[in-house]
Amino acid sequence: MSEHILEFKPAEGFRARSKAVVDNPFLRQSFRGAMDFLMSKRAAQFPDSEELESLRTLGESIRQYNLAKLPTLLVQLEENLSRNGIQVHWAETPDEANAIILGICHAQHAKLMVKGKSMVSEEIELNHAAEAAGIGALESDMGEYIVQLAGEKPSHIIMPAIHKTKEEIARLFADKVEGVDYTDNVDALIQIGRNVLRQKFLEADIGLSGVNFAVAETGTLCLVENEGNGRMCTTAPPVHIAITGIEKIVEKLEHIPPLLSLLTRSATGQNISTYFNMISSPRKAGEKDGPSEVHLVLLDNGRSQAYADEQLRKTLQCIRCGACMNHCPVYTRIGGHAYGTTYPGPIGKIISPHMLGLEATSTMATASSLCGACGEVCPVKIPIPELLMRLREEAFTAPHADPAMVGQGAGYSWLMTSVWKGWAAVYRSPSLYGLATWLGSRFSWLMPSKQGAWTSVRVPLKPAPKRLRDMLKERGE
Amino acid sequence: MTRTTTPPSRPRDVYFFATCVVDQFFPGAGMDAITLLERQGIRVHFPEEQTCCGQPAYTSGFPDEARKVAAHQLTLFPNDWPVVVPSGSCAGMMKHHYPTLFAADPVRKAQADALSARIYELTDFLVNVLNFQPEDKGGDCTVVLHTSCSARREMGVHLTGRQLLGSLGKVTVAQQDHESECCGFGGTFSVKQPEISGAMVEDKVKALKATGAERVVSADCGCLMNILGHAAWKDEQEGRTTPSLPGEHIASFLLRRTSK
Repeated sequence: MSEHILEFKPAEGFRARSKAVVDNPFLRQSFRGAMDFLMSKRAAQFPDSEELESLRTLGESIRQYNLAKLPTLLVQLEENLSRNGIQVHWAETPDEANAIILGICHAQHAKLMVKGKSMVSEEIELNHAAEAAGIGALESDMGEYIVQLAGEKPSHIIMPAIHKTKEEIARLFADKVEGVDYTDNVDALIQIGRNVLRQKFLEADIGLSGVNFAVAETGTLCLVENEGNGRMCTTAPPVHIAITGIEKIVEKLEHIPPLLSLLTRSATGQNISTYFNMISSPRKAGEKDGPSEVHLVLLDNGRSQAYADEQLRKTLQCIRCGACMNHCPVYTRIGGHAYGTTYPGPIGKIISPHMLGLEATSTMATASSLCGACGEVCPVKIPIPELLMRLREEAFTAPHADPAMVGQGAGYSWLMTSVWKGWAAVYRSPSLYGLATWLGSRFSWLMPSKQGAWTSVRVPLKPAPKRLRDMLKERGE
Repeated sequence: MTRTTTPPSRPRDVYFFATCVVDQFFPGAGMDAITLLERQGIRVHFPEEQTCCGQPAYTSGFPDEARKVAAHQLTLFPNDWPVVVPSGSCAGMMKHHYPTLFAADPVRKAQADALSARIYELTDFLVNVLNFQPEDKGGDCTVVLHTSCSARREMGVHLTGRQLLGSLGKVTVAQQDHESECCGFGGTFSVKQPEISGAMVEDKVKALKATGAERVVSADCGCLMNILGHAAWKDEQEGRTTPSLPGEHIASFLLRRTSK
């Protein structure tokens, strides 16, 4: 992907971006309030912890079953989609995906594309690519529309504009939407958006959408949404292009109900979404609506790398509910933009390294206290803390032959490795440990009053004058 | 994760794995935990060659270094006695991560599995093995309990500390806002991402203080180091000479409350 399009530089300035948010009491409060709201909505959906646990176990096993069969399911999906008249395209990189989509647009002489919510389209930065090719790309999900008007990126995978207050949105609409006066009435704001978008659905040459589940045995694309814009994008324009990652496949229709229930309850605390679309063909002869062409672009972009490793493969179980970010104390402190990646929060930390390489993302793996809140709520039981530790290992151990990941060893430092080797030498040896801790306890007054980052908000650490072992000796053990 | 081992019948002997943090920074908590166990008629054995569970290296991405340190601890508990650990975090490392750490080494894996089955976090051991019923001998007092993320999510022992405090007649246990949220310690996280860790501990200390409790107790000294370290720093910044949030290990609090 060309440099000017891919703007994500997560490793650069992550700490500075985090600090900017952490130092802003208004943002801190606003993120805290939003995440509290989402957490309570989810909690209300799962009053029975045993039901939740068995549903999570079911979700995990469905995802693992389908991942285990992924290579054959992809073939089966392509066969059945083709039979249904849906054209399948394969893209290894974001560049390839953009080229495929723009190729379809050019063949249609398209001027305008309306988009339903799709994080994969964010992943490939489709809007930039489309604009560079002279095609308008308009977001039609309300949150995405707001973010696009503001010239920003989504800060959350489910609620793209969660970082914005209604007053900010009101000002944005007044500034950017023609003929609109300032109002911070939420219903009025939504109506403004709807009026703009309604016209665009009719004008658009292309409708673009994501996919929540692609069903291999039937050749069906399923789309979960709340605003009806997904249905408009996939039915009103003459051509529908769907894009998704290669991991979003299930073999059977019957796999969907448990995953859908986990998805909506975990994501927004809804029993079910307002819309659930099942797209199984273009318009057939005699039908009055629907697009005349339907395309599916299947994107790899690093997913095969994760797939090839038994442990890292668990990353691909994700159904993109966003519960991990809603429950993450780090996300709650810094919000989505600080991460600098398409996917923020815990899932972003474990999936972005496969898309962007560890050179760009090794810092993110360290931005976790491993508290486990993400793994606890994950509806498909992705062991996120375990995967974060694995990524730390991949990032910090010296580069070696046949690495599991692009950028393995990118965070390697001779000094840090030596410190840990020295630490292990002391802590594996009772006599060296004894000497070191004895010196620490006797000469604790020598401990510096500034202890790096620790003392930025804490008093210095000072060993006690007597160790527990000394106290036990004195007592006569 | 929940506790998987069936509590043994009341043992006569236990090993005590103090953890490096208790040995060096909170030795009083270790002494108090040992005294509490001894008062229950248990003989407590402290293998003197013990050092650290290896977790700091493990969670920092250095499993080889963690393995070297962990391998040493594997050899320290030859008798089939329970191993009591006054920390949910270090207990979680030994119980749940040692078997993974030694997965490729059949001999040590067997040792790790055997040790894992004998690891008990202190409050879990007091409640579920010893059926400890503390008799409160102190006056009225309000405390707030902070439970570590490992105790809560890895060991599933977040209820036992509360249960012990709850059985103290004159002690009120205050409820803090966002109780289950991490204090922001996370080992090397606290120095690798000091801005985020700092914000987390700041919020945690505010929530604990807002309860009006006179002290915070916890079964994890790692969290206490972070929480008390920030509270004391804040006191210094704001010119207070007495601590606005004193705190201690739950073993010390329990021992004091049950002593004349």
